[in-house]
Amino acid sequence: MDRENLIETANKLRWQLGDGLHDLIIESIYKNAEEIAQSVVIKKGEKQKFDLDRFIDKIVTSKWTGFPIMFLLLALVFWLTIVGANYPSKLISFLLVDTIHPFLKGIAFNLHFPWWLSGVLIDGAYLAMAWVVSVMLPPMAIFFPLFTFLEDFGYLPRVAFNMDSLYKKVGAHGKQALTMSMGFGCNAAGVIATRIIDSPRERLIAIITNNFSLCNGRWPTQILIASIFIGSLVPPYLAGLISAAAVVGIAILGIAFSLIVSWLLSRTLLKGEASAFSLELPPYRPPKILQILYTSLIDRTIFVLWRAVVFALPAGALIWLVANINVNQVSLAEHFINWINPAAVFIGLNGVIILAYIIAIPANEIVIPTVLMLTVLTTKISGVGAGAGVMFELENISDVAALLQAGGWTTLTGINLMLFSLLHNPCSTTIFTIYKETNSVKWALISTFLPIILGISICFIVTRIWLLFG
Amino acid sequence: MENELSKNCANCPAHNLSHLIRLGIDMTDFDYVVALAGNPNTGKSTVFNNLTGLKQHTGNWPGKTVGRAEGGFIYANKRFKIVDLPGTYSLLSTSTDEEIARDFILFGQPDVTVIVVDSTRLERNLNLVLQVLEITDRAILCLNLIDEAERHGIKIDDRQLSRKLGIPVVPTAAREKIGISELLKMIYEVATGSYVCRPFRVTHGFNKLTHAVEELDKKLQELFPNLNNTRWIALRLLEGDQRIIDAVLSGEIGTIKLAENVSV
Repeated sequence: MDRENLIETANKLRWQLGDGLHDLIIESIYKNAEEIAQSVVIKKGEKQKFDLDRFIDKIVTSKWTGFPIMFLLLALVFWLTIVGANYPSKLISFLLVDTIHPFLKGIAFNLHFPWWLSGVLIDGAYLAMAWVVSVMLPPMAIFFPLFTFLEDFGYLPRVAFNMDSLYKKVGAHGKQALTMSMGFGCNAAGVIATRIIDSPRERLIAIITNNFSLCNGRWPTQILIASIFIGSLVPPYLAGLISAAAVVGIAILGIAFSLIVSWLLSRTLLKGEASAFSLELPPYRPPKILQILYTSLIDRTIFVLWRAVVFALPAGALIWLVANINVNQVSLAEHFINWINPAAVFIGLNGVIILAYIIAIPANEIVIPTVLMLTVLTTKISGVGAGAGVMFELENISDVAALLQAGGWTTLTGINLMLFSLLHNPCSTTIFTIYKETNSVKWALISTFLPIILGISICFIVTRIWLLFG
Repeated sequence: MENELSKNCANCPAHNLSHLIRLGIDMTDFDYVVALAGNPNTGKSTVFNNLTGLKQHTGNWPGKTVGRAEGGFIYANKRFKIVDLPGTYSLLSTSTDEEIARDFILFGQPDVTVIVVDSTRLERNLNLVLQVLEITDRAILCLNLIDEAERHGIKIDDRQLSRKLGIPVVPTAAREKIGISELLKMIYEVATGSYVCRPFRVTHGFNKLTHAVEELDKKLQELFPNLNNTRWIALRLLEGDQRIIDAVLSGEIGTIKLAENVSV
């Protein structure tokens, strides 16, 4: 009880000392630091003629040029990704899907595998994995080094600096701009990064809204759908540029949603004022090219790809199963798609997309392969694919486009899929991370369902407006 | 003869550096624990990678390391475990990253705490250094980014700084792998006790505080006779630091060895 007595005394004394104690202590630390620093630092004459750092900062954080430069840089990165990823994608697809897949089938045939076993393993699991690799690897191998380059150079804190005032205005923490940027890589990482935010209220806002940063599992979806449905609206020489612009548009829309939702949260569930913080703008440093390649290729690309493959393998098997287990002559997948389709069409999507998003909860990366497979299944297109539940080979984007159009897709479906890809539940890894970081089922659920409700509403509104004028 | 030669070699820092064995995440049976503290974006992770051979992600923005990373290395036949703490500006407030850093230095009892500072922003960085020196006796100041400071026309008298702070000061440019062997040597010397630190303590000179601290200090010494640095604990209690209050209530505070008393 002596200990409690001691703490009571401390509380009493603290009361007597009053509020200023913390400030006084900090003040004396600062004073000591200043004295020491002044006695050991020698500055060679104040030569502030031309400071390159300051010059760059003036431009990239200016009120007038800051945001345009930010968007242009983003657009440039996507454009390089979109244009550059096409050829390697084809090459890998040729290798994994056109060459190795028949080879594996041949082996299975010679070993007298039962049809369902070779179906689950090779047509399901293996092809899903092959698809993920050929669709995702090339864009990531281009996007991540570019992104890491900007990060190493020191551009990210400038983005945060530009965004800071916006976040403060909506009642959130300025550092949310940094965690948002992290979310562009991976939402789970972005959620963990919110630890840099001191106030629990602002941290929760940052966690809930992190999902509005398109993660790299969703970039390929955005890029592919934009190339098919947006790029095709303009002449070929403009297609790459316009597709890139569409993807940037979705990314900016995501930022807008993170601001709007932050504003709503800080006025309803999470009321409070924004707290102040200091953001240090580090000096620009010449990036180390080899290190960038290493970090972005090994740490990011391979890491993300590995995760996608790990999730794609069982998902591929599952897809094959729901497409091949029949009840009353109709597969499970078709039962569900037919059942949900009217509601899905009502909000401008379709049953295939909804089922694909349910199957792809573990990893956003496999949405597109799943969508394609399910489309073949339900439209019963002959000539492509290799039977129910088989993710087939598609030589290039126009094949994908032809298939989707045969499945009844329109430009509206494409736009809505891009919107829904931005606004839906986080992947299961992120949901679990949110639960671990907040230690609360409630906030994990809110973070999961808030974007879904938003996504459904937005798709619905867009569809109604489109149909009104279309 | 040959034995004699290799014995002498073993005492030379150049030899030891060339025999530095980076253990990555293998941290079995280590002899010493080293903590890496510092402001955000001063290159802690780069120093960490240099010592462990790991490839912790480094990036040019503050707040990148939020958890703590651990790795190991062998130097002069001793196994070291090194812990990369999240970068913080102070150890006083209550955000998660500051708590992780503070609690590790306080309760984790590292044998050496290496404080990495940005040489171009020494004054601001010293605030954290002084706070670290309030909790631990065994510390090394790593004057990182010294090449950048030189480019900006800033010169730092590292010997004078070392005298003022009472701890070793090692200028480094971790990105260029400059100064790492000197840093390793100092880590070894402080860990083994062959270099004895006499850390500078902040003076908080105002009367009413001094009385309050003395009153608490007396009670603390009665309750925990083996506890050093009761004055620092008293200060934290006066500030209402919940983690320290809990540690006092549970008696945990009595089990750790703190730095010598701070002067108030």
